[in-house]
Amino acid sequence: MTAETMAPAGSLLAAHDLRKAYGPTTALDGASFSIHPGEVVAVMGPSGSGKSTLLHCLAGIVPPDSGSITYNGRELATMNDSQRSALRRSEFGFVFQFGQLVPELTCVENVALPLRLNGTGRKEAERAALTWMERLEVDDLKGKRPGEVSGGQGQRVAVARALVTNPRVLFADEPTGALDSLNGERVMELLTEAARSTNAAVVLVTHEARVAAYSDREIVVRDGKSRDMERIV
Amino acid sequence: MSIGHTLLGLLESGPRHGYDLKRAFDEKFGHDRPLHYGQVYSTMSRLLKNGLVEVDGIEPGGGPERKRYAITDAGVTDVRQWLATPEKPEPYLQSTLYTKVVLALLTHRDAAGILDTQRSEHLRMMRILTDRKRKGDLADQLICDHALFHLEADLRWLELTAARLDRLAEAVTR
Repeated sequence: MTAETMAPAGSLLAAHDLRKAYGPTTALDGASFSIHPGEVVAVMGPSGSGKSTLLHCLAGIVPPDSGSITYNGRELATMNDSQRSALRRSEFGFVFQFGQLVPELTCVENVALPLRLNGTGRKEAERAALTWMERLEVDDLKGKRPGEVSGGQGQRVAVARALVTNPRVLFADEPTGALDSLNGERVMELLTEAARSTNAAVVLVTHEARVAAYSDREIVVRDGKSRDMERIV
Repeated sequence: MSIGHTLLGLLESGPRHGYDLKRAFDEKFGHDRPLHYGQVYSTMSRLLKNGLVEVDGIEPGGGPERKRYAITDAGVTDVRQWLATPEKPEPYLQSTLYTKVVLALLTHRDAAGILDTQRSEHLRMMRILTDRKRKGDLADQLICDHALFHLEADLRWLELTAARLDRLAEAVTR
């Protein structure tokens, strides 16, 4: 069976039997995953269970030791580094626990950055950036630098930056981990609304049930093995 | 919830008919569980008998639904005392889920699977509440939050138990 035929029908991104070890430590031990366009899937599990490694493998940041990952019918392992980088820049968006905004740039410049790196002109990139900042309710921060905004605001700027290229998959690794409940909820509302409106798939890594409740379904990772709850229940 | 105290509290802003009381209760506190008319009238009869309310007037046409009730001074005191008395925290010591997990371990069944299935069921409810919260007003949001925090606490217990299943198995089968 080819990797492509192992991907569930209609899935945008799928992984099968991933294994990954860091030295003697096994991070993934036969994990599988799939997501459809417009779907929000929570990846849950205790700390150290392998959920972030799974995200990194799915996003082509870290290669698995074995197993297959297909994106839109293409096997990631068959791509070279520059093809995978191009994929990450144009098709994928990323939000991490700490916004990881560039401190020297203003918020609008941060949001426009992925477009600029893809060759879009400054004016056009910032116009698109502002549209996303409006959707994330942070357009009034456009001239401020990350150090001048609150954690919740910074994270919304980071979400806008992740979505500005209209990615088909948004990877969010503990996106509200550094926020209080109210700010965390608002970020999740805006993030899922924005992703659904563009039919982007969201891979949401979280150990918080209240955050996972914004997803359509969840998979649980424990000791490097995944469990797809939809297929069990 | 003490329906009697809640209806008494609603009467503090002024006399009402039984129907108005039911409507006010359902609007503010009923949500998924509206009061039955029978509950309202039996409660009002009890409050009347205990001197906590009085009949303020009876409209022509007769029938118990035509009575207008007013709170008495004793009723106001009763509401004040009820509000000032803290609710007894639930001890949560009789957990069906814990029993299921232990029985599964004793009978060599898949205890981790039970926890996973329960997690999924809890999350399903949390999704419904999160969606309702997103679409609702502030009152809805607060009611859903209360439920969500309790479900979240259950889920934390599920995670903790899942992480300790091996030790629990040793302990219960010793």
